[in-house]
Amino acid sequence: MQHYSMNLTLKVWRQKNKNTAGSFETYPVQGISSEMSFLEMIDVLNERLIKEGGDPIAFDHDCREGICGMCSMVIDGRPHGPWKGTTTCQLHMRAFKDGDVITIEPFRANSFPVVKDLMVDRSAFDRVIQAGGYVSVNTGNAVDGNAIPIQKDKADHSFAAAACIGCGACVAACKNASAMLFVSAKISHLALLPQGGPERKQRVVSMITQMDKEGFGSCTNTYACEAECPKEISVLNIARLNREYLGANLSGN
Amino acid sequence: MNSSKLFNSSIGKKIVMALTGIFLVVFLVVHCYVNANVFFSDAEENFNRAAHFMGTNLLIRVTEIGLFAGFILHIVQGYKLELQNRSTRKSKYAVTAGNKTSKWYSRSMALLGTLILLFLIIHLAHFWVPSRFGGLTEIEYDGKSYHNLYLEMKNIFAEPWVVIVYVLGCFSLGWHLLHGVQSAAQTMGWTSSNYLPLIKNIGFAFSFIIPLIFALMPIFMHFDWVLNTGALTLLF
Ligand code: SF4
Ligand code: FES
Repeated sequence: MQHYSMNLTLKVWRQKNKNTAGSFETYPVQGISSEMSFLEMIDVLNERLIKEGGDPIAFDHDCREGICGMCSMVIDGRPHGPWKGTTTCQLHMRAFKDGDVITIEPFRANSFPVVKDLMVDRSAFDRVIQAGGYVSVNTGNAVDGNAIPIQKDKADHSFAAAACIGCGACVAACKNASAMLFVSAKISHLALLPQGGPERKQRVVSMITQMDKEGFGSCTNTYACEAECPKEISVLNIARLNREYLGANLSGN
Repeated sequence: MNSSKLFNSSIGKKIVMALTGIFLVVFLVVHCYVNANVFFSDAEENFNRAAHFMGTNLLIRVTEIGLFAGFILHIVQGYKLELQNRSTRKSKYAVTAGNKTSKWYSRSMALLGTLILLFLIIHLAHFWVPSRFGGLTEIEYDGKSYHNLYLEMKNIFAEPWVVIVYVLGCFSLGWHLLHGVQSAAQTMGWTSSNYLPLIKNIGFAFSFIIPLIFALMPIFMHFDWVLNTGALTLLF
């Protein structure tokens, strides 16, 4: 595709901190290359804001290669922007055209309070993981992981679920701000492997209890999460989570 | 098993919605089957006898109590979940993805459910209340007296606006089921890559066929249409 340059209007959510109300500010940006990433486009704007003595837009980012899950923002109503299976850092400006008006908001959910501008606090996810998203390992010599035979399709499904980068786009996309896709990915990842066996029942109960405590909504199966997930985690994992949870409760955890 | 913990959890609440939903779906099938008498010749006698059976059989009367409990649980829990889910995002988005990432009816279950509830109130007032508490004319078959519920239906469906309300009620039901059937299967954990296409197809067929048959009932009665049972025997 031909490289081109564009002028855009950005409507960006600015918010000082958790306790103040935010609002949209409008920024025109000129000469944006179609080859830039979305974050690089914001970098260009921020450099200008700093030069002008203004306050740069705060946003989360780390790897900028689609693996850390930090780059949370909602672009024109879509967490991580309009491309399927893509994080914001991997979204390129060729997704837009000259003259576009782009609305950029933070992930919005009570459980993800805004720290500043587009940055949100996703430590609720960390607490869900701490509640049970681990496996116990014996001390002593490290065991060869490949020594344990694992059924091929189980390994594949587990691996696909393990691709979840904990970005929170599923929560941001859900009309109920439900964290079920994230939790289901973590549960599936471990429940399908023999290494996850010992804590299997206790894990699902603890993680769901913590998820509810954090104030995430209840899943109503609209599947907006799956449509927005940058790692294309399947909602069939949510069915597995429901099975695991019901099973753990019925069998007397 | 700690059942209070289970049913107070987010997944437990969904399981209540799914199980009551499945129960109500079974009821719809029975209701549809019994009422399908109205399409055929000798509708009056066949329907009145079937209604008499449904109204007097002890097992069915006990199930009816369960049915009301199922409805109430589904409705109350549904509204509670809706309110709770609406409170999880105090600061709203300026732009939303709308239909790009999910179906409108999957996001509108509370609205569709409310329309069905309004319909249900009208429907119970029309038929269930007079059947159980009197107000119907009587008719005799083989020397035995029966409520003439069929005549009541004829009179009520003579009004065009009633027919329209009933058909609209069936539309709400259809969309509610279109999301509800597969959603219940997902909540119960029955969906997996092997069964997903099957479940989706069953859900689609069910939410199309059942409301369609229901919608045709007031239309048939309004226009005095009758399917000849003889013709039907030929068909099958
Ligand atoms: S399931 Fe997808 S959207 Fe949700 S946290 Fe994991 S990677 Fe992000
Ligand atoms: S910055 Fe790491 S995934 Fe985008």
